[in-house]
Amino acid sequence: MTTVATAEEQSVASGRLTGRERLASLAQRRGSIVVLALVVLIASFSFDSFATVGNAQNIAIQSSFLAIVALGMTFVIIAGGIDLSVGSVYALGGVLAAYGIQWGSLVGLLLPLVVCGAIGLLNGVLVAYGRLAPFIVTLATLLGARGLLLAITDEGSTTRLMPRDDWLTKLGQGTFLGLGLPVWITVILFAIGVVVLQRTGFGHSTLAVGGSREAATLMGLPVARNTMLLYLGSGLAAGLAGALAAAYSASGVTIVGEGLELEAIAAVVIGGTLLTGGAGTVGGTLAGVLLLRVIQNVINQIGTLSSHYQSVVSGAFLAVVVAVQAYLSRAYLRGGRR
Amino acid sequence: MTETLTRQNTRIWLRDNGVYAAIVVLVVYNLVFTDNFATVANLNTQLVQVAPILIVALGMALVIGTEGIDLSVGSVMAIAAAILPLYLGYGLLPAIGLALVAGAVCGLANGTLVAVVGIQPIVATLALLVGGRGLALVLADGQLKDIRNDELLNLGSGKALGIPYIVLIAAALAVLVFLLVRYTTFGRQLVAVGGNRSASALAGLPVRRVLMLTYVISGVLAAIAGIVATARLTASDPSAIGNLIELSAITAVVVGGTPLSGGRVRILGTVAGALLMQLITATLIKHNLPDSTAQIVQAAIIVLAVYLQRSRSGGRS
Repeated sequence: MTTVATAEEQSVASGRLTGRERLASLAQRRGSIVVLALVVLIASFSFDSFATVGNAQNIAIQSSFLAIVALGMTFVIIAGGIDLSVGSVYALGGVLAAYGIQWGSLVGLLLPLVVCGAIGLLNGVLVAYGRLAPFIVTLATLLGARGLLLAITDEGSTTRLMPRDDWLTKLGQGTFLGLGLPVWITVILFAIGVVVLQRTGFGHSTLAVGGSREAATLMGLPVARNTMLLYLGSGLAAGLAGALAAAYSASGVTIVGEGLELEAIAAVVIGGTLLTGGAGTVGGTLAGVLLLRVIQNVINQIGTLSSHYQSVVSGAFLAVVVAVQAYLSRAYLRGGRR
Repeated sequence: MTETLTRQNTRIWLRDNGVYAAIVVLVVYNLVFTDNFATVANLNTQLVQVAPILIVALGMALVIGTEGIDLSVGSVMAIAAAILPLYLGYGLLPAIGLALVAGAVCGLANGTLVAVVGIQPIVATLALLVGGRGLALVLADGQLKDIRNDELLNLGSGKALGIPYIVLIAAALAVLVFLLVRYTTFGRQLVAVGGNRSASALAGLPVRRVLMLTYVISGVLAAIAGIVATARLTASDPSAIGNLIELSAITAVVVGGTPLSGGRVRILGTVAGALLMQLITATLIKHNLPDSTAQIVQAAIIVLAVYLQRSRSGGRS
């Protein structure tokens, strides 16, 4: 065999995996998609207003910004890291887009990408070459990026509007085949993400670094460079998502993005990516994002429930999902060891 | 050779005492250059402001000592704050008692997810961070409620010997947690579990119980912080109280020299870390530098603190 076999493939090959264990591993990787399908099915039958074209468009556009952020986060988490700065970087990206558009749409798009990419690069250099803990480094840039945002908006008191006829604003507000352009951008980015993770050397090294950093180093993989690029990617994704969200609302709102990093992490974890690194799927993350947004939508549909229940349900859901994951992976490991 | 040794020693000294040195430097600077710095009123204001962060950071230091993290503290504060006005009708003590019990239950939930189910602390407590805030808002109907209980208001603004009650409470808790870490079996077990969990389990330590108790303590301390903050605010505000306080608390702990990798708890350092961050913000504000600058400076300080800590693990491996 020339390809790298995962532990699971190896045990399948040696015929040690029982039906129950195979089910457990499948539920770990594909569970979020099954749950998403179930929730959508139940909601469609329960609420007339759920399974409408308008509502689907709504959910899609609301999911797209979080999905782009979560895509970058997925790669970082698969490599065993974490990026807490994305919420601030997302907000900064939006403000920079609204700031840069005064010199044209191209500047409006490039300015957030350059600055947010630089913040991601800073994270990456400190984590990969400085060997500092990702949690703390990105916590610091969370504060730093928020500070930068306040500095360029007169301490958050200025909200810049984006002219409606510039193409950057249209990129946020326009539609194609009934779906908003940010949704299509999200779909394209996720398709690229799937290919990068599964079909490129970069993706394979990312998985290897997350599985065991030492082993990846010994294998001669460019661990530090790979890690740095992951944080660069996460910064770029967050900046792009912020710019698109600003274009969608045609203004650079300063108070967005607080807690977005936690939503992104939640989506990634619900999607079946292990926080310990070494395993995960891009498609699962998309399902995780959609699940979070569909749950919010359903609670809005119920109407009589206060909107505060959204976070109660999301939190409870996250706890249940990770508890089930922990149980399944333990059952799976026990089977694999025997 | 001696030169590298000296340099290493300087680094180690900075890592262990840098936070105290920075406080001394800033205090001296402020005494010379800042008007109205060394007044009792200013001192009290600064200490009252930092008290809730410090109380939360004490619990956070314990949790980080076990190689964990508790992101839920802000939401636990909100739950405690939401419970207070609901039960103040039965008297102050029952209301505070219930708020503390709620904090303990939150900690127990975190501890169960971490110690029994085996979920990483960051995700386990993330669930309560998300859900807890919603729960607090549901309890309070999403409303800010004024506190009219005189005893609770007195707790928020009263003083003994010229020192605000809130500061006294925070100081007493800091001493208590310091003694707990330094002189009790639980404290030693906590450090052992954080240093090497599997070795502790093999040595027969009650790993699960230690972890559970650590998260319960963190939950109760967060509830106390919620009560104190509500008393000072003279209103229960579950939507805003404790927002992002987990970040300030983690910062205080890390700047104070407790490594995120566990196995070491520095309570005095944590107190100093919280005071230092407050001092930096206060200094910048007194010199009319905006909030944005304060945040960027804080970010730089955090990176510097972990950079100094890195030298320890670097030297070891």
